Amino acid sequence: MDLLRLLSFGPDGWGDELLQGTWLTIRLALATVPFGLALGFLVALAKRSPNRYLRAFGNAYTTVFRGLPELLTIFIVYFGGQIALQRIVGLFSGATVEVNGFIAGMVALGVVFSAYASEVFLGAFNNITRGQYEAAYALGLRPATTLRLVIIPQLVRLALPGLANLWLILLKDTSLVSVIALDDLLRKTGLAVRVTKEPFLFFGVACLIYLALSMISSIGIVAIERWANRGLRRAS
Amino acid sequence: MNWDALATYGPRMLQGLVVTLQLVVISITLGALLSIPVALARMSRSRILRAVSFGYMYFFRGTPLLAQVFLVYYGAGQFRTQLEAIGLWWLFRDAFFCCVLTFTLNTGAYQAEILRGAIRAVPAGQREAAMSLGLRPRQIFRKIVMPQAILIALRPLGNEVILMVKGSSVAAIVTVFDLMGVTRLAYSRTFDFQVYLWAAVLYLVVVEIIRRVWDKLEHRLTRHMRSA
Repeated sequence: MDLLRLLSFGPDGWGDELLQGTWLTIRLALATVPFGLALGFLVALAKRSPNRYLRAFGNAYTTVFRGLPELLTIFIVYFGGQIALQRIVGLFSGATVEVNGFIAGMVALGVVFSAYASEVFLGAFNNITRGQYEAAYALGLRPATTLRLVIIPQLVRLALPGLANLWLILLKDTSLVSVIALDDLLRKTGLAVRVTKEPFLFFGVACLIYLALSMISSIGIVAIERWANRGLRRAS
Repeated sequence: MNWDALATYGPRMLQGLVVTLQLVVISITLGALLSIPVALARMSRSRILRAVSFGYMYFFRGTPLLAQVFLVYYGAGQFRTQLEAIGLWWLFRDAFFCCVLTFTLNTGAYQAEILRGAIRAVPAGQREAAMSLGLRPRQIFRKIVMPQAILIALRPLGNEVILMVKGSSVAAIVTVFDLMGVTRLAYSRTFDFQVYLWAAVLYLVVVEIIRRVWDKLEHRLTRHMRSA
């Protein structure tokens, strides 16, 4: 059939292009997570810090990046990053710099991810009882060791449902990077539409691919949660 | 500050903000109307109704809003002759309308999920007490379950409104001149990065106002649940 040929792999089908786009979407989402998690954790620590200014900074960070549209954050990081880098490079040479779309997308999505993740971490922190800290103190553990050996393992378990949710949102938000000329799934689909004039088919297929990605993620999330809860006694 | 650009594009950005708010208010309202039958269908005894509403919610919650907008806006063009035949083409030709339609379907799915969770969170004892008072199922739903469910749903609904304000910015990509659209236009004319920062401030102000108003609303509506 004609429509199937359009989706096939090879020179006259768009299957391989869509697959390339999907691969970039997956890579972008995967690259964003570690960056966003680390940043989110630091922001959560800042919000719990005894220092007033750090707390204010953490709260302002969350308010701003949870309030801004993701699309606007992407534009600000992409164009703003370009200007900032140009200024820095301009100090040393006259070369023009081009911001890598992948990095810009990763930073923008990571910043948004971290703002939400910091709230998840904060909630998880609040669910760890004082007794845990006191017990660690009584054992003579140093604060850094307490964090590493006692708090973080529990934190991971408590934060996982929230973080899993953020991952599913991130997967969808990656589609926004298509506006900064990054060849993700949605942009490749747009190219296919422009050539074939079959928008309904191709955007429909793109939606189904996103659905498939989130279904696969859900399976992975269940497995990770089972692993994280392995030390937990279940009420029978 | 670039005062020239502000004088030229400031008023247009405020007009864009009005378009953004129109998009949000219309979509959220229509989505709320849509969400009630969908949530009920999701919990109905009929397997077909459950499957249809599940498919609808799963699709719109699992795919990016931007892809949905493209699907409706560009996809409609493909069915031009059919749409012309039933006299709806003038609607689907309009990017604003396509966005409203997509946003409504999108937020309807999210709101239905919120509503379903809230209805299930109403304690079973409430329903049983109403039944033992001899109320009919319809009365129980309208007078006992729904008022309590809406209070439970209030907070996530507020979040959904804020998500819609942010999400509505994708309308700019299909040529709607909402706040984001005007900002992109201003940037392409002036190449002045400031316009993005002004837009950021406007979005933050809107989101913050909604958050505060919603907090007040929730505080007021739940006043009977607080002990003095």
